Amino acid sequence: MAASGKSLVRILSRAVQRQTPCMTCGPQRFYHLGKPSLAEAKVDSDKMRVTMIPGDGIGPELMFSVKEVFTAADVPVKFEEFWVSEVQDRCTAEHMNEVVDSVNRNKVAIKGILATPSWFDMGELQSVNMQIRKKLDLFANVVRVKSLPGVKTRHGDLDFVVIREQTEGEYSALEHESVPGVVESLKIITRTKSERIAKFAFDYATKHGRNKVTAVHKANIMKLADGMFLDSCRGIAKLYPKIQFESMIVDNTCMQLASNPSQFDVMVMPNLYGNIIDNLAAGLVGGAGVVPGESYSPDCVVFESFRFKRTHNVFYNLLIYGLQGARHPFAQAVGRNIANPTAMLLCAANMLAHLNLTTHANLVKGSLMKVLRDKKIRTTDLKGYATTTEFTNAVISNLGRS
Amino acid sequence: MASKLFRSLAPRLPMLGSKTTFASQSSVASATEEARVCTLIPGDGIGPEISDSVMKIFDAAGAPISWEERNVTAMKGPGGKWMIPIEAQDSVNKNKVGLKGPLGTPIAAGHPSMNLMLRKTFDLYANVRPCVSLEGYKTPYDGVNLVTIRENTEGEYSGIEHAIVDGVVQSIKLITESASRKVAEFAFDYARKNGRETVTVVHKANIMRMTDGLFLRCCRETAEKNRDIKFNEMYLDTVCLNIVQDPSQFDVLVMPNLYGDILSDLCAGLIGGLGVTPSGNIGANGTALFESVHGTAPDIAGKDLANPTALLLSAIMMLRHLGKMNYAGRIEQACFDAIKEKKSRTKDLGGDATCSQFTNEVCRRVKDL
Repeated sequence: MAASGKSLVRILSRAVQRQTPCMTCGPQRFYHLGKPSLAEAKVDSDKMRVTMIPGDGIGPELMFSVKEVFTAADVPVKFEEFWVSEVQDRCTAEHMNEVVDSVNRNKVAIKGILATPSWFDMGELQSVNMQIRKKLDLFANVVRVKSLPGVKTRHGDLDFVVIREQTEGEYSALEHESVPGVVESLKIITRTKSERIAKFAFDYATKHGRNKVTAVHKANIMKLADGMFLDSCRGIAKLYPKIQFESMIVDNTCMQLASNPSQFDVMVMPNLYGNIIDNLAAGLVGGAGVVPGESYSPDCVVFESFRFKRTHNVFYNLLIYGLQGARHPFAQAVGRNIANPTAMLLCAANMLAHLNLTTHANLVKGSLMKVLRDKKIRTTDLKGYATTTEFTNAVISNLGRS
Repeated sequence: MASKLFRSLAPRLPMLGSKTTFASQSSVASATEEARVCTLIPGDGIGPEISDSVMKIFDAAGAPISWEERNVTAMKGPGGKWMIPIEAQDSVNKNKVGLKGPLGTPIAAGHPSMNLMLRKTFDLYANVRPCVSLEGYKTPYDGVNLVTIRENTEGEYSGIEHAIVDGVVQSIKLITESASRKVAEFAFDYARKNGRETVTVVHKANIMRMTDGLFLRCCRETAEKNRDIKFNEMYLDTVCLNIVQDPSQFDVLVMPNLYGDILSDLCAGLIGGLGVTPSGNIGANGTALFESVHGTAPDIAGKDLANPTALLLSAIMMLRHLGKMNYAGRIEQACFDAIKEKKSRTKDLGGDATCSQFTNEVCRRVKDL
């Protein structure tokens, strides 16, 4: 964690040095599948490089929206695009390494969600998402759950943060069939990683001026595994006397989230519970289409929205199993220009803030908020009729007007 | 197998004994219908009060149920193994049906959870929790009407854990084909018996490709055999996201242990908490134990402040399980009507009635119906 802090400082200072927006040379689109040529590198030397993984489903559409807005706002960022996909067979080991190298070099990435099919025929238990997380050691996933202006929800103003450990726990991909009909899956919890995520959570709370950290667990049943997670959190909590610490059992947490969510501030939890609570919390503030997320490793940050996972799940279930009754609003969204780019644009704005391009970040975010607040242009998931393009154009035309 | 559960068992003669109370002694109904004996485990904390309340209401409704009260406290059996008292075991085995209040688990080394022990003793493999919005009690969510069915014996709660080296713990999630198939079959059976249309399996087979994959496969195969019920599959996280946005889209949900634990409590949160959520546990050989899932609330025990709704609704589930739909409907109606009236609500639902006031109100209404 300390290492992470240091590297953050390093990234930030570098970002400051680089922060000289190029006004003369127009924004360039950069489609990339290898090392950039020298000539290109020269032209864009004063731009920051960010790795972009558009992902599956509506990901590419949303990334296009981000690029359009960045172009219009003259953001000095250049994307290195990588097309990785599990469902379209674009993830050879070599390609994966290229992606990982790029992220390691740039330290910052923006990523759509990669669809994870529940069938597998290559004998690979780890999904591509998990591989990327493991390779980059993206141990902390942060989801900022915040009510947006103009998005009507059941629970008034919410503002809390869900921090999830995402390199171990239930997502270990260690499974085997002991005898036919009996399958075991291992959940691994280590003290090192539990302490690391706990420290991350308290550091995050300190940095963002938050008052309380809630550890979510199921230590009453999994006495050893979740017990150790809880103990690690308690131990770290003692080092931060200014921040209040409490613990809550995961099922109770879900119940509280449904009935009284405003009591939460920063929440920290192991992998699977994080997945559940991320989604639940996103549902509270208007759906996954409007909630940004980010994943931290000691060195890099990947900004990602987690919304359209289900698109592909449903799509592929339909394709392969021909099931009836599986209907989802986003299942039909692919390629129809109706997806809501809010989450992706928020991700992009958060990324700009992280790159220390504060002016640009505020510009994009302000415009986005204005469009949401005006309620004139709304995509279908927020009960409007606007297309992705219309929404993007609205954001562009409101740049600097908020 | 599960169909057995619903088959009305031959009525038995009520047990005579000091601990047996006749709920229907004075009622007219008892003349035509023989009373069915059910085991009653009042439980700890507020348990006795709310059990009392349920007995009173059943009495007022003239429900043909006679209770056989048994206490359950953990005791050490031969060989130092923790077990529940033989008396209680026999009673449940004989009657096949029981109602249980909350049981506290004393915090002592090695003392296992009582609920877990009951589950093991009677092989209660499925937990059923219907969540229906209470008319008149406003929560942010309207029109909730779903049932969660949870596999109860294995999964993440297998209890197999060990520290490999210091600081590295491994916990095993166990999924077996037989248990998965059993709960899947039960879910479809339940849906059919209760006039529900869709069964949705909740899983995470994209991550746990083998364990949840097996569970999913069992559900798919069972669905093939039950083509009259719609079948749907969904990821756990998707369900969580959708359920807080629009809970009315769900019907019957079936899932492994941990997911069931989380989702059933989440659903309870949608309709007003554990104080108003009934629950039933279905076991092998037609055993069924109905219970309220809230805690023992030692802070308000004995103060006449507890809310008996959850236990009452569980008792109503029990009546339905026994095929006594008529009584179930009447008592349920009276209970919902009483809750609709704000002044007869207990404190936890935003009223200021006491437990006995609420009970009397329900009794009055059930007599009028």
